[in-house]
Amino acid sequence: MRQELHRFFRAARGAGVHVSPAESIDAMRAVADVGFANRAILRDTLLLTLAKSEDEKQALGNCFDLFFSQPEVKDDTATEDSAESAAADSNAGGTQTGEAGAPSPELGELAQMLMARDRSAIAAALANAANAASLSDIRYFTQRGIFATRILEALGIARLRDDLDALNAGNPSEAERLTAATEALRENVREMVNQALLLYGREEAENLRHEILRNAPLARLERRQVEQMKALIRAIARRLRERYSKPRKRQRRGHLDTRKTLRRNAAWGGVPFLTSWKRRHRDRPKIVALCDVSGSVAQVSDFFLLLIHSLHEVVDDVRSFAFSGNLIEVSDILDSKTPEEAMREIMSKVGFGSSDYGGSFADFEKGFIASVTPKTTVIVLGDARTNNLDPRADILRTISERAKRLVWLNPEGRMAWGWGDSEMPRYSAFCSVVRQCATAKQLERAVSDIVAAYQ
Amino acid sequence: MNNNLPADSIEAVTRGLASAGYIASQQIATAVYLAERIEKPILVEGPAGVGKTELAKALAAWRGLKMIRMQCYEGLDEAKALYEWKYAKQLLYTQILKDKLGEVLGGAETLSAALERLHDFGDVFFSKEFVEPRPLLQALEQAKGCVLLVDEIDKSDAEFESLLLEILSDYQVSIPELGTVAAVVKPVVILTSNGERDLSDALKRRCLHLHIGFPEQKLEERIVESRVPGISQSLRAQIVGFINQVRALDLKKLPSISETIDWARVLVLLQSSELDHETVKDTLNVLLKYEADIETTMPQVTSFVAKAGRQGVFG
Repeated sequence: MRQELHRFFRAARGAGVHVSPAESIDAMRAVADVGFANRAILRDTLLLTLAKSEDEKQALGNCFDLFFSQPEVKDDTATEDSAESAAADSNAGGTQTGEAGAPSPELGELAQMLMARDRSAIAAALANAANAASLSDIRYFTQRGIFATRILEALGIARLRDDLDALNAGNPSEAERLTAATEALRENVREMVNQALLLYGREEAENLRHEILRNAPLARLERRQVEQMKALIRAIARRLRERYSKPRKRQRRGHLDTRKTLRRNAAWGGVPFLTSWKRRHRDRPKIVALCDVSGSVAQVSDFFLLLIHSLHEVVDDVRSFAFSGNLIEVSDILDSKTPEEAMREIMSKVGFGSSDYGGSFADFEKGFIASVTPKTTVIVLGDARTNNLDPRADILRTISERAKRLVWLNPEGRMAWGWGDSEMPRYSAFCSVVRQCATAKQLERAVSDIVAAYQ
Repeated sequence: MNNNLPADSIEAVTRGLASAGYIASQQIATAVYLAERIEKPILVEGPAGVGKTELAKALAAWRGLKMIRMQCYEGLDEAKALYEWKYAKQLLYTQILKDKLGEVLGGAETLSAALERLHDFGDVFFSKEFVEPRPLLQALEQAKGCVLLVDEIDKSDAEFESLLLEILSDYQVSIPELGTVAAVVKPVVILTSNGERDLSDALKRRCLHLHIGFPEQKLEERIVESRVPGISQSLRAQIVGFINQVRALDLKKLPSISETIDWARVLVLLQSSELDHETVKDTLNVLLKYEADIETTMPQVTSFVAKAGRQGVFG
């Protein structure tokens, strides 16, 4: 049973629940106490000791159900195939009534088991073979074939094949029965491997997919990837929130808060036993985001706005502006509507024109320059391709002088900056930070740095 | 694995908590049972008003133990949670003992001889007499054991969490001047959290993690039955049915068990034997704590009452 628990821990890790050695020891002790008799209690016990949040409880509960349903599934298929072979048997029975039903002694162990339809023995042999092939190490779906082969080898498929050949020559009806049973066995093994993949391989597969997704260029996603990317962005937002939402107070040693100290020590006649120190108040970020939504940059802007606007707990105030030919404020649209609707509305208002950075900056200066204060971080997201119009870098300079920081995120690679109609070199002179921002990973790092600058 | 009828013992926990007026689901009972068996604190999470604090009270009442409660808030520190030196007493004693000190040291010729003599007296002013025990230290010093409730741990600072770790894993605290104080009898520790912020993994690892959500309808009826004695069965079913429908709405603060109980009490006081939409509209403010929530619910009241009434008949 201990083996079984260890395997369950591994499955739990596969399901994304972090089971540390200490927790597994606790779980072992707890299970030793409550026993295996009552499945509901066992489930509660494992949930209590291993899962440490509601999400984990959900995941672990599902994993538990999947894990402990395994023997039953196997039973079902076993009854099925025994029914099949029973049917085959009754067919065959008509022709071979005179012959002995018992398997001939010269057959191999596995063949004997199959012929005798000894279900429990087969199940045990399967479990042993799975152990021998270390099935719980399975990680990727491409490994299914290998593991199935290994398990069959451990079961002794080679001997079974020999037996089958021998029977084919000598006793065709028996051979037919054995063939059917072998097929059923293969089916069982395949099913077992699939289930194991589901149990143990999920995390790796997810990780792999996430890793690929994180490094995929945002501007050239396939349609089916867009949904996954949205989920990924939400996960990133959650991570950033967890990291930065807690207002941390840092004590500033060296600056005595005299009034507070005197008050605290009034009981001892003002002799300062307890000292109070001044605390520094930390600001939350204020962000003004200017996003180019023309052509190729649109999708990156989309994800960027989605991310920024799901950071309410971390960021005090966000004002977003979208531009291509001209510039409008989009904060309200983003806050009041679902991301899809909001993006559609923004696109219909300003999207897909040819971009005019100079004109858009002029719009911003005219209408919204007051929103930039010394506490604000201004983020411009765009490729700085001005279509050879006046870049109006002077406005960017004004913004930069008013703001705490000016960050420029450019989806194009550094190599392309300054080529053709890109005005990046001219703009970057006024930016505190210039970054490339083409993938989810770069996006996360950029936003994380922006927020961290306030910590 | 040992099979000394564990299910029975979990049932015993359920019965014991019920005798203290707390109707526990099986998960809660299992958690309490395990906490005692493998000596681990329980971290209880869940929305406000589902009986997290109540669990600790019931446990203490059932076991006949003292309950020591520590309410957490921002800025809670060692001096308020663990122990503090009685500065005033120390100061007073040094003043009073001044003459005595003079006497003791009077005979000494040199400074080093005086120092030598002073050393013989040891750290009189930093001894147990001068320690003011705060809740955590008190809990360790109880001779008969106790239930230590660390309430709303999520409200405290991260530093305070780290302070708790030693107590939670080893049931001891270290006081620099005195050494380590270990628990006389290991207390049952219950921590509660409203999930205002995520607790550190280190803390979570040391605890059994119990999540209490809104109870099932049957369980909630039993809870109301035990808490509000004079209530008729049909009204009880209607109340619970109604509240379950309200919980399906998108509200700012969903009504939890404590609201259910309050509401049931109000209805009993008003001597209503049946839910009708007039009474519900008048008393909705007991159930919902935000104006916006009341506005959302108001138009639905009639249909909810009708549905709850039907449930009452068939259930």
